[in-house]
Amino acid sequence: MIEIQNLTKHFGHIKAVENVSFTVRKGEILGFLGPNGAGKTTTMRVLTGYFPPTEGKVKVAGFDITEDPMAVKKRFGYLPENVSLYTDMRVNDYLNFVGRIKGIRRRALLKQKVANVIEHCGLGNVQKRTIGKLSKGYRQRVGLAQALLGDPEVLILDEPTVGLDPKQIVEIRKLIKELGGERTIILSTHILPEVQMICERVIIINDGKIVAIDTPDNLNRQLSKKLTILMEIEGEPQKVVNALQNVDGVIEVKQKAKKKGKVRQYEILTSPDKDVRRELAHTVFENQLGLYELKSVEMSLEEIFLKLVTQEEHHA
Amino acid sequence: MLNITPIFKKEVGSYFLSPVAYVVITIFLVLSGYFFYSSVAYYSLVSMQAIQNPYMVSGLNLTESLISPFFANIGIIAMLIIPMLTMRLFAEEKKSGTIELLFTYPLKDLDILLGKFFAATVVYLTPIAVTLVYIIFIRSMAELPVGPILAGYLGLILMGEAFIALGILISSTTENQIVAAIITFGLLLLLWVIGWAASFTGPLFGKILTEISLIKHFQNFSKGVIDIKDVIFYLAFTFYGLFLTSRVLESKRWRG
Repeated sequence: MIEIQNLTKHFGHIKAVENVSFTVRKGEILGFLGPNGAGKTTTMRVLTGYFPPTEGKVKVAGFDITEDPMAVKKRFGYLPENVSLYTDMRVNDYLNFVGRIKGIRRRALLKQKVANVIEHCGLGNVQKRTIGKLSKGYRQRVGLAQALLGDPEVLILDEPTVGLDPKQIVEIRKLIKELGGERTIILSTHILPEVQMICERVIIINDGKIVAIDTPDNLNRQLSKKLTILMEIEGEPQKVVNALQNVDGVIEVKQKAKKKGKVRQYEILTSPDKDVRRELAHTVFENQLGLYELKSVEMSLEEIFLKLVTQEEHHA
Repeated sequence: MLNITPIFKKEVGSYFLSPVAYVVITIFLVLSGYFFYSSVAYYSLVSMQAIQNPYMVSGLNLTESLISPFFANIGIIAMLIIPMLTMRLFAEEKKSGTIELLFTYPLKDLDILLGKFFAATVVYLTPIAVTLVYIIFIRSMAELPVGPILAGYLGLILMGEAFIALGILISSTTENQIVAAIITFGLLLLLWVIGWAASFTGPLFGKILTEISLIKHFQNFSKGVIDIKDVIFYLAFTFYGLFLTSRVLESKRWRG
């Protein structure tokens, strides 16, 4: 559906995006992840034809954005990062205006389509209000509504949940998930759990370059080279550490926070090819220590993200 | 194919949703009404004197002493008012960031540009149309040839378009509405009076200065003369202004 080849965008001497290539399949929800200033918005703006790429090709549904921008622009809906809307217009007037721009000419059809997006985005009770007087959450929904008008095949959402309260965030995420499947969605964010929740595939971008492309699960698997196990054990710390370190497969034992009484938390790094949980438990009993808790921890996407981004910096 | 109407309707709507259109139209009508009243009052005073002095009667001419200054005055008001109308057209969208979405909709630059241009034209022509009341008022009392009036209005329309084109161009170069208004007004005023310098420069340069002066080309219209040269001057001015604006919009995109 979307094909990006060697996309590069420079602003004067600043290289915002460098040599980025990826494709998005039809119906896929792709997450675009990166710290602030990584080039997410720039990539999206090139995708939407807001400005042309310095180099490289961008194709949406087979149409090139620089050669046939109108064909591309008709096929996507865009929610910019700072949803700037005409604050002096009413919600329904604004949506009618956007509908007409997007080429819905027949009055009855326009009315119906606008009513659809108003219902879909939960704007029913504010449709007669002036946009400038709406809360941030409702404005975000109006932004989403205008992106949805004209039934675009592709949705490009730049940080759709920024600045919303937790309840609104949950609602918007639900809405995005519902929209996926029939539509291709690219969304950018720097909130990691969001990606895990919504996206089928993730692109991690840093300093204008792609660091990783994969499913959230695969990223988890690939990168967690060491398995972490958390244990809570009662007993003399030195004794505990010595005992655990002797278990085959344990790489490192770290003392963590102190819990109630003599109970302490320990973090145990183990090699991934061997499950040592049984041996660990066994060792604890043999040494007559008290085992309060034992759990394996998967590396969160957050840690992976930080790892990737910092690794990249080491290479540079 | 062009798709101008959505932008046009939206822009006219914004003018009338905000106080801008009302203020501009009111000020325009108050000023033009005052100018009109004072020239009518002066003309009636002169006419009274002419009753006692038969020699003066030959110098009395309604078109020359009432209609011609009337159009010239409206021209000056237009120069004051149009920068206020055009300043927001692009500057506001750039400042508030709404231009980002606008540029990603399936619209050509020309759709946006012409939509805004015609919207400003409508707001400009509204008070101009109302001034027809003054003319009808005079016509009810005195013989008035239609030709010079039509010429005057044609001149106002053409000149107004040129002013608006310049205003849009300036508005597209800045994010600040006040800056856009001041630069537009300054340029209009400069182009209005630039012919004055003609008397003390060389013949060739003097000729150039008079010809690019905005007032010089309007004078013929206000006297009731439609010269194709003047028509072409204003049309070319308008076209060139809009052309440059479309270039500015495009270059903004390339530079991001």
